[in-house]
Amino acid sequence: MPAERGRLSVRKTYKLYIGGDFPRSESGRSYPAVDGDGEVVARVARASRKDLREAVRAARSAFPGWSGKTPYNRGQVLYRVAELMEGRRAQFVEEVRRAGATDPEGGVDAAIDRWVWYAGWADKIHHILGTVNPVAAPYFNFTIPEPTGVVGIVAPPDAPLLGLVSRMAPAVISGNCAVVLASERWPLPAVTLAEVLATSDVPGGVVNILTGLTAELVPWLAGHMDVNAIDVTGVPEDQRPEVERLAAENVKRLVRAEDGETDWLGDRAQSPYTVTSFMEMKTVWHPMGA
Amino acid sequence: MAKVPAETHTKVPESPWSPQAAEAAMVRVTPVDAVGLEERAASLGTRSIKRESKLFALDLAVRCADLTTLEGADTPGKVTAVCSKAVRPDPTDSTIPSVAAVCVYPALVPVAAERLRGTGVKVASVAGGFPSGLAPLDERLDEIRQAVRWGADEIDIVLNRSAFLSGRYHQAFEEITRSKEACGTAHLKVILEIGELGSYDQVRKASMLAMAAGADFIKTSTGKIASSATHAGALCMMEAARDFHRQTGRAVGVKVAGGIRKAKEAWIYLVILHETLGPDWLTPDRFRFGASTLLNDLLMQIRKEREGRYQGPDYFTVD
Amino acid sequence: MPERERDELERRKAAASSALAERTPFAYASAPESSEIVRIEDRYGLFIGGEFVEPKSGRWFGTLNPATEEVLSEVAEAGPEDVDLAVTTARAAWEESWRDLPGRERAKYMYRIARQLQERSREFAVLETIDGGKPIKESRDVDVPLAAAHFFYYAGWADKLDYAFPGRLPRPIGVAGQVIPWNFPLLMAAWKLAPALATGNTVVLKPAETTPLTALLLAEVIQEADLPPGVVNIVTGAGETGSNVVTHEAVDKVAFTGSTDVGKIIQRAVAGTGKHLTLELGGKAANIVFEDAALDQAVEGIVNGIYFNQGHVCCAGSRLFVQESVFEPVLERLKERLATLRVGDPLDKNTDVGAINSKQQLRKIEELVESGVEEGAEIYQPACDLPARGYWFRPTLFTGVAQSHRIAREEIFGPVLSVLTFRTPEEALEKANNTPYGLSAGVWTEKGSRILWMTSRLRAGVIWANTFNRFDPSSPFGGYKESGFGREGGLHGLEPYLEFEEDGRAG
Repeated sequence: MPAERGRLSVRKTYKLYIGGDFPRSESGRSYPAVDGDGEVVARVARASRKDLREAVRAARSAFPGWSGKTPYNRGQVLYRVAELMEGRRAQFVEEVRRAGATDPEGGVDAAIDRWVWYAGWADKIHHILGTVNPVAAPYFNFTIPEPTGVVGIVAPPDAPLLGLVSRMAPAVISGNCAVVLASERWPLPAVTLAEVLATSDVPGGVVNILTGLTAELVPWLAGHMDVNAIDVTGVPEDQRPEVERLAAENVKRLVRAEDGETDWLGDRAQSPYTVTSFMEMKTVWHPMGA
Repeated sequence: MAKVPAETHTKVPESPWSPQAAEAAMVRVTPVDAVGLEERAASLGTRSIKRESKLFALDLAVRCADLTTLEGADTPGKVTAVCSKAVRPDPTDSTIPSVAAVCVYPALVPVAAERLRGTGVKVASVAGGFPSGLAPLDERLDEIRQAVRWGADEIDIVLNRSAFLSGRYHQAFEEITRSKEACGTAHLKVILEIGELGSYDQVRKASMLAMAAGADFIKTSTGKIASSATHAGALCMMEAARDFHRQTGRAVGVKVAGGIRKAKEAWIYLVILHETLGPDWLTPDRFRFGASTLLNDLLMQIRKEREGRYQGPDYFTVD
Repeated sequence: MPERERDELERRKAAASSALAERTPFAYASAPESSEIVRIEDRYGLFIGGEFVEPKSGRWFGTLNPATEEVLSEVAEAGPEDVDLAVTTARAAWEESWRDLPGRERAKYMYRIARQLQERSREFAVLETIDGGKPIKESRDVDVPLAAAHFFYYAGWADKLDYAFPGRLPRPIGVAGQVIPWNFPLLMAAWKLAPALATGNTVVLKPAETTPLTALLLAEVIQEADLPPGVVNIVTGAGETGSNVVTHEAVDKVAFTGSTDVGKIIQRAVAGTGKHLTLELGGKAANIVFEDAALDQAVEGIVNGIYFNQGHVCCAGSRLFVQESVFEPVLERLKERLATLRVGDPLDKNTDVGAINSKQQLRKIEELVESGVEEGAEIYQPACDLPARGYWFRPTLFTGVAQSHRIAREEIFGPVLSVLTFRTPEEALEKANNTPYGLSAGVWTEKGSRILWMTSRLRAGVIWANTFNRFDPSSPFGGYKESGFGREGGLHGLEPYLEFEEDGRAG
């Protein structure tokens, strides 16, 4: 960005976010982020498959702690993210605006509100899909939703902040840890969000954000044997069959926003069923006898 | 610092924790899951037995029967009749064996002993403040000694549930040990009255306690309360007897009593016995039924198996 | 007592004791259920459009009784054209009638099916046992009653779907292609058909090639229930037929129960097609016994966990973890209990362990058991006579098993238990979760707090605490990790067969 009032501005280095740290890509590569006017705004790290491997490793090691927190606690931690985003609202608006968004303020507000909305689900989702099952025998039987584990999220390229938040928040609120591939074309708000997360109470490794070339990284994410689910909403249409085939290697859960849920500003873009799409149902039996 | 007298300094109270006591404290009676136990008992109830085996089972059930009369209205005449039935359950069929024993109140032991002398049928007597077991201990022990003197071969006492349920296990144990001494050479059966124990965990615990204290048999019920022998309750006791045998090498018998009226129920008990304790327990020395109305149903079933016709009660004696 | 009477008594006592010595006192009856009740046709066509039709493929295959190796019947092998006909028939039935039929009417058809299953339960049980080899005790007491219960349970949902998922408006997906395994042939058909029909989908069902007969008898029931033709179509055949079903472009929803290997093939096959998919795959369940457990019931649970249905159970408790302090008493009881298992004629009501479902499966079990011996585990098998003909395998357990042994990692799908030990709850948990599977697990302890601690940490879809292998139509069933995704049973079992319009929600 140009110097103003005779002072040379300090430029930001856009790095990866893995395990709570901000490393450069181990590959030493970066690529230009070009704004809506065709101007190169920054160079961002171009993550390699090894960076992805590290991100999955970080996510897996964060999983026991994050999923082991009380839902009340997770709800507060994620609400705190909204508070911090509010504090950086102007920066987010500027970054989203430079991507060419028609209503940057509206988009950022919706993203912040979406965090708040999902944070509130942390200790309520169990009411919606947890059940007590009236089995025909002397057993107490119940079913509860649990996080599935490590979730890969391919962020929608067209909505670099709101689309990302709309898919990531429902995944992590239940206790999953995420490896996120940011919008390739315009990754800046994702990196800023990483900075928000790093200064929030979200433990390192719960969310890992990689910038880079989606087509190059997504097969490694889809084929990774320690990733339990993958959200393919942001996978280019022509790459979907390949990604879904790779996902079968370890019977990954495939999640994607349905038609109508990708109108990111609309109500259908948020749903408790998106939360449960990243969850497993566990059924427990116990005899009832004196 | 003031000098502490040597005596108080060195005196350490004697520890209750001998190595044996420590190990014993770590071992507890295996808990019992009620639903699992009842499911297992029910599944054994669906076994079907071969026709020849059925005859064997019915014959065995007769041989294991303690023909019982425990009424306030029992008289010498009634007991004599019961004894005749015991020796020769079916007067029209000499292949039917005698039962194992006749069980009566102490006052009627002399009558039974006289009638059964030389028949091989044992005289059993309830004693020890039956059915509550809450008379003073000395009186209970005297009653046992008296019954033995009068000719009882076997004594059926009750577990002191008052002591057991209030956690005075030591007292309950002690009373059984004393009763065993009072029995002399007579066999001791300890009635747990499982319908009053409240849970299978307690049944298992009471079984172990009674066996450890010297019982030759453990028995389900007095027959004096509404809730008596059940297949699951008996299974629970048999599992305890199996463990006790494994741990000590001593074989303790099991007696099921109270409310068993049908031959079909009886052979389910034999199936459970066979599956749990094995063929070595298929003998009157190690297994008994408390029987009164059961006996005639066994006889009817035996005749039905032999003749292939369903039977009517008029053809069997009521004594 | 007169002398004569006394002599006779002595004689009888002697006779009785010699009888005791000579006879096996408790020979249980050979109590075979009569197979007369079932009429098996010489040949079965494909069930398409409410009729049994000849296969266009012109091919037929035999189905065996694995207990005798006798061929029971010939069954049509559906080729691609046959599958196409079945799917287009299902599609037409969906569009023309079933989709728009009120839920309460769908429910009534399903209640009819449930009732018929109950009315003809003995017939179904005997046929299931003849065709698959499982003990009649199990087909009679488990498979058939549960199959009927599934239809009853889901029938009741058909007109209540609007209440199932708050804030969502459900609608059927279309044609469901369902491929089911040979271990619970009728029950799996019920698990698949009942929720699909309740939610307003039509179905093409592919039973396993070794056990097609109860599904075809169910087709008769479906005919008698006057279910609109084409709502349920049953195509018999092997893997290729199944593959044609799941890849058919007019199939909107695929549901598969079977091995993880085939599950992965199916997931790959439908990749990128947008078809809805649920998979219920293999398992290698840990059954964990703590020292304070109710040991006798635990032993029953272990036995039921691995020897039920010859161990042909995806959720079988095939890895037993015993706390070291009770290893010996548990093992002793277990071996004693194994010796009482009755292996043999599946039609005998006293049989506990029946025939292995097929020669191929028997080979697989034998191969894995050999590997266990070679890898140094100690094998135990009770002495028992096996019939001369048919496919049989003795109940088997291995001790001295390490996590790295194949028998501790691979699904054997047979009556083979691997016994391992642990010292602490953390160790048990770590070993239990150390598998790519995650279908089920068992925990045995009298300590409530430890049960809940364990159940919340075990990564498996069904946790049996102080019990094992219980099933109920109201209780969701399905796996974590490579054991598949989606749930069958209960409220959750409806979701895989529905699409949703979300509506009427506050923002």
